[in-house]
Amino acid sequence: MNDSFLLDGETIPFSPGQTVMQAAAAAGKYIPHLCWHPDFAPHGSCRLCIVRIGGRYATACTVGAARGQVVENRSEAIDAERRTLLQLLFVEGNHFCPSCEKSGDCVLQATAYEMGMLTPHFDHFYPDRPLDASHPEVLLEFNRCILCELCVRASRDVDRKNVFALAGRGLRSHLIVNSESGRLADTDFAATDRAAAVCPVGAILKKRVGFAMPIGKRTYDPRPIGKSHEPGTREDE
Amino acid sequence: MSFELETASATPGKLRRVAIDPVSRVEGHGKVTILLDEHGKVQQVRLHIVEFRGFERFVQGRPYWELPVMVQRLCGICPVSHHLAASKALDLIVGADRLTPTADKMRRLMHYGQILQSHALHFFHLSSPDLLLGFDSEVTKRNIAGVVEKYPEIAKKGILLRKYGQELIRLTAGKRVHGTGSVPGGVNRSLTAAERRLLLDDAARTIAWSGDAVGLIRELHAQDPALYDHFGAFPSNFMGMVAADGSLDLYHGALRAKDADGNILFDQVDYRTYDALITEEVKPWTYMKFPYLSSLGPERGWYKVGPLARVQNCDRIPTPLAEHARREFLAHGAGRPMHGALGNHWARMIEMLFAAETIEALLHDEALEGSELVVAGERRREGVGVIEAPRGTLFHHYQVGDDDLVTMANLIVATTHNNQAMNAAVREVAKKYLDGRAITEGLLNRIEVAIRAYDPCLSCATHALGQMPLEVALLDAEGNELDCKYRA
Ligand code: SF4
Ligand code: FES
Repeated sequence: MNDSFLLDGETIPFSPGQTVMQAAAAAGKYIPHLCWHPDFAPHGSCRLCIVRIGGRYATACTVGAARGQVVENRSEAIDAERRTLLQLLFVEGNHFCPSCEKSGDCVLQATAYEMGMLTPHFDHFYPDRPLDASHPEVLLEFNRCILCELCVRASRDVDRKNVFALAGRGLRSHLIVNSESGRLADTDFAATDRAAAVCPVGAILKKRVGFAMPIGKRTYDPRPIGKSHEPGTREDE
Repeated sequence: MSFELETASATPGKLRRVAIDPVSRVEGHGKVTILLDEHGKVQQVRLHIVEFRGFERFVQGRPYWELPVMVQRLCGICPVSHHLAASKALDLIVGADRLTPTADKMRRLMHYGQILQSHALHFFHLSSPDLLLGFDSEVTKRNIAGVVEKYPEIAKKGILLRKYGQELIRLTAGKRVHGTGSVPGGVNRSLTAAERRLLLDDAARTIAWSGDAVGLIRELHAQDPALYDHFGAFPSNFMGMVAADGSLDLYHGALRAKDADGNILFDQVDYRTYDALITEEVKPWTYMKFPYLSSLGPERGWYKVGPLARVQNCDRIPTPLAEHARREFLAHGAGRPMHGALGNHWARMIEMLFAAETIEALLHDEALEGSELVVAGERRREGVGVIEAPRGTLFHHYQVGDDDLVTMANLIVATTHNNQAMNAAVREVAKKYLDGRAITEGLLNRIEVAIRAYDPCLSCATHALGQMPLEVALLDAEGNELDCKYRA
């Protein structure tokens, strides 16, 4: 394998057709991301994975790896941009980490820690988004949705059910459930669906699990996100 | 209804208002207003407390399993009590009528760790400055730093006792503050052998120091019995939880109440029927409710909860040293129930000793290392949980829909139970020390001392200990401000 590029000065090999993100992940290098998942087609919506290639911004999850690329990833300047994106996500939804069962397992929270986000900086929107608790096994907590569309992709491409979709535009974008009533109970969604286990935040939750996992044993308790990156895997599942 | 000095009889226009706001060194925010007439005589005394009914609203519509973690935010100083009271209520919801031995003991360890740290904090950090240095001692020195300077050994023990309690909480709940250890139907962790050994190492020292603290407060009583026995004293009923055999149990049991003379009013009442037992009266001048025993009515039915009530409510304490201390305490009252506000401190230290002994006994139990953590049974729609929190009886009551979301929440916290008692204590002190005299720093502080004896957790607001500013405003008969004093 002669094909390689430079990521923050390190040589990263790649095979033809791989994106910068895929090649970096395969080499065990962390490029911050929220909407990317190795099992699904890239989406390119969260912009967390922005890198600079030859001075120009690109999203690592969508840009193809090419021989001789010089990719800037974890510089203070780029992490500062990522911090701003995270702050916007935090104020757009209602993310109350202290009482959220996903705390310690949440990709948004872990990424915010890793990017050194200390305050929300912007004014909170405090949107009013009622929960959907209609399904006997799964709870939808829309307040925490970051619109990554992983559930949309999983339900459509893996489960072949098309339970979720995004509706509205811009600031009005929101996740909806594809049923006449709009309620999850009125779909053929099942707790065993791939879509039930793919949400990076605490928006799609198996019911009655809550805080069963003790502090110390949660995903990001032993190591922060990005520090435990096994080649080819994603650590949030 | 209205008590003596609760509502002024004279025309309000002719009265002068003294406001103490906020009360320093209590947990949260409170305000005392004293209305004087033209001659400087006390006409009306009220303790205003910022209440947190908001919590009961915003847990509605949340999934029930969030509650034990969410409700901890009610209080920055005894979050574990809310964590456990909510868990106990939810045990009933998930049909866990009998927890595994590991779960029961882990929760007890967490709770007694909390009692230890909270009682140590209250006595050494918040109250010992008044008691050891004197109510009229220099304000700038009347704090834990002043105690460190004058009584370094006592201060050091206080700090280490609290630290040990926090360590117990960390290892049972996962964090020193706002952990997640207790879940509906049990716990999410047990101790490792190494953790249990580590905690056992300091258990004996904790008992010894708690015993010293009992000795210290007993001596203070002996030095000035007139003050300690009568300060802020007024008779009332007592209420608290006791075990099935009538002994003191702060984690689980049934309700018992005694009247001011020590006669049993009711005993072994299932706490799930609390709403038939207690009525919460609303008054126009404060958001905080005034609970009373329904059978006795608002005038005679109000009661005290907390250490003073508990130590006199139980038949015995099931650990030897604390039981000995309890008997000494009762002997001091010579067969009569004690109602002095400062008696709370003595009783509180007896409870701290009880907690220390209980912790040691628990730590010898291998069940703490067990792996059976959670049970569940038939689902219910309603659950009530009670615990004796450091400050007194704490009720959590929830209803949960079939979709797992909370539809109703009602909490009665210790500070609410003691609302009337604290108002009465403040009136008592104001009548005795303020009536017709000049308003001095020391006199105002006595009012605070009376409130502080009940260790009120006045709101969920957290603040730096001992640094809460005190504002005293003097208003003339027309409501104009004559003088205003601040202290930091
Ligand atoms: S529910 Fe979760 S997976 Fe679905 S779009 Fe929202 S954040 Fe992404
Ligand atoms: S991870 Fe690339 S845009 Fe979201």
